[in-house]
Amino acid sequence: MRHDHLISAAQLSRDDIEAVLDRAAEIDADPAAVRERHAGTVLALCFFEPSTRTKMSFDTAMKRLGGETIDMGSVESSSVKKGETLADTARVIEGYADAIVLRHPSEGSAKMASEFVDVPLVNAGDGAGQHPSQTLLDLYTIRENAGLDDITVGIMGDLKYGRTVHSLSMALTNFDVRQHFVSPESLRLPRSVRYDLHEAGAQVREHEELAGILPELDVLYVTRIQRERFPDEREYREVAGEYQIDPDILAEAKESLTVMHPLPRVDEIDPAVDETPHAQYFEQAHNGVPVRMALLDTLLSQGGRDR
Amino acid sequence: MSEHELRVSKIRNGTVIDHVAAGQALNVLTILGIDGTSGESVSVGMNVPSGRLGRKDIVKVEDRELSPSEVDVLSLIAPEATINIVRDYEVVEKNRVERPERVVGVLSCPNHNCITNGNEPVASKFTVVSDGLRCEYCGTFIHESFAEHIDGS
Repeated sequence: MRHDHLISAAQLSRDDIEAVLDRAAEIDADPAAVRERHAGTVLALCFFEPSTRTKMSFDTAMKRLGGETIDMGSVESSSVKKGETLADTARVIEGYADAIVLRHPSEGSAKMASEFVDVPLVNAGDGAGQHPSQTLLDLYTIRENAGLDDITVGIMGDLKYGRTVHSLSMALTNFDVRQHFVSPESLRLPRSVRYDLHEAGAQVREHEELAGILPELDVLYVTRIQRERFPDEREYREVAGEYQIDPDILAEAKESLTVMHPLPRVDEIDPAVDETPHAQYFEQAHNGVPVRMALLDTLLSQGGRDR
Repeated sequence: MSEHELRVSKIRNGTVIDHVAAGQALNVLTILGIDGTSGESVSVGMNVPSGRLGRKDIVKVEDRELSPSEVDVLSLIAPEATINIVRDYEVVEKNRVERPERVVGVLSCPNHNCITNGNEPVASKFTVVSDGLRCEYCGTFIHESFAEHIDGS
């Protein structure tokens, strides 16, 4: 991968993706080999929104590479509360760290911040935009379970605002993947994502119900339908109920179906699914550490500024 | 200059924007930030017969020459337009507008949650695509009604 920053999945070629996933597999197999690889390196964790998995997995990844992390703390306790711009925050933190991981509620925030810094910057979620490091761990999980070519992937839930979906669907266009999108009409993929998929020549179909295509799927990627997106609570409940999966529904699926979810889940996957061989979402979350170790190793080894 | 164009009076110095698609003259004024409050002398011809376009609009602005960024946006709503620079009643320059590859710092992104709509020290940037413009930060499209998104409009 020859990029200084990871802002969008659209940057990632098949070779980029395979290089990171291969490196992650090496690290997964022998984590001790990289224990001191980035000793003395400092990674800044800049989270302008709450995060558990992404933040902690980047934190763990850096520490397992021998480095350290610094954390700006909550937005309420930072200079952002005093009205500082993101551009200024990024420029200041660049002076403290060798790389920056940024989560921010505004779309385009990571791209903008990357224009103000020379150290590698990773987009860890920009509003309803992109979440490319999540995509790398999603792809790692898919590759482990189903391979990445000649497969059929269903992506279900909030496709409009789901940044993990936007990144994943774009990255999948690098592979021989048939993509089915399942959502309520009001939460369909945004026009910009459909445009990119079309431009990439993706094989894409959109549906309002899972039942018709479930038997074809090798992977079912479920996302949370967010209650706050609906002005009417009853409307939310009616829609959300249509997009819950349980072992009975999965009886129609292939035995080898892999069920994934970026987590946290609320009630879109019945806990009874956890006990089936389909469930891979906790493994998927665990994969966040070796994949982010591989990503950080790649970015820190190839560029950034001279120190 | 044809007889039809003479329906709108000649200007001494300034810009004549000719071959504007019929009905777009007021959007041209919006792009130029002209609302009549700052004293410019402006003449507008609407639905004037045109050999090339059938019907066209013409805008003549006294004592003002367009900036490149204004011409870029103009090209989006009036791709057939010609820009005539007039000095002392003579046309000294006559240019067709060209479709730009990017439009920078002129339009606001329609996505209110785009970082360019915050208080950041960054100009909006749009890539011109086949059927409109696309925000380089958040990916949002503008397909039509470009004038509605002009900064400050």
